[in-house]
Amino acid sequence: MRLHPREETTATPSARAPADDQLLVQRLLDRNEAAFESLVERYHGPLIRLAIVFVGDLAVAEEVVQDTWMAVLNGLGSFEGRSSLKTWIFSILTNKAKTRGVRERRSIPFSALADPDAADHAAVDPARFASNGSWATAPVRWDDRTPERLLLSRENRVHLEAALADLPPNQRAVVTLRDIEELDPAEVCNVLDISETNQRVLLHRGRSRLRAALERYLARK
Amino acid sequence: MLTCRELTELVTNYLERRLSWRERLQVELHLGMCRDCRAYLHQMGETIRTLHELPPDPVRPDVRDELLERFRNWKP
Repeated sequence: MRLHPREETTATPSARAPADDQLLVQRLLDRNEAAFESLVERYHGPLIRLAIVFVGDLAVAEEVVQDTWMAVLNGLGSFEGRSSLKTWIFSILTNKAKTRGVRERRSIPFSALADPDAADHAAVDPARFASNGSWATAPVRWDDRTPERLLLSRENRVHLEAALADLPPNQRAVVTLRDIEELDPAEVCNVLDISETNQRVLLHRGRSRLRAALERYLARK
Repeated sequence: MLTCRELTELVTNYLERRLSWRERLQVELHLGMCRDCRAYLHQMGETIRTLHELPPDPVRPDVRDELLERFRNWKP
């Protein structure tokens, strides 16, 4: 059954709040504790993960996320469903974390051009290519190493988390939202207040570095 | 003719479907001929898939209890 047939034609499907978001919001406004608990279970960890990118410190990130939860509750009445609840919550977090990051003198330059290592952002180390642009040292194959088991092993996840923490914060924020939280590109631009091109450049650099880190790690196995 | 090095810089735009049809054709022709670049593309996909699977830290019980306490005192 389509609850809001008119809305479906006025917004792109991904950018609009799904019907169950509206239901959840209503349950929260009715002070349903189980609804809040499930929201906290679902988003608290992801919010901490994103907050750390901005403030750099777990204790500060926890404060920012606590503030975010209160702001979410106090803003629920004005949630209009123009974005998904998840995107809305992440936007509140980002605003709070940015403000806090500035106060801690840790503001993140979000332009891809502002990367501290802008001269060194090739997707693959240039030394791995011959002068004609072909691979001189081809990608070390993962295929014959039972990738399912190895890539999803606890050890590999720890390694990937470490590589993620090593990314410049702007790349880390984009990769976190796109690939871990699985927001779509427009939502990421919305949450981080960056352009679509910028989002794509940062995603490219971040993913490329993480692939390289996994390759180095798996080659040692 | 697209080089391997150029392909590694186009991979994200390819996966994001942001290439012109001409660029897309060039990438696909190259992939058809180059095992190493197919391996590279596969690894980018595996990297993304592994990121999808990264679990967040669970909520600490004391944090959850404090938030629930605040929720009980919250007035909509």
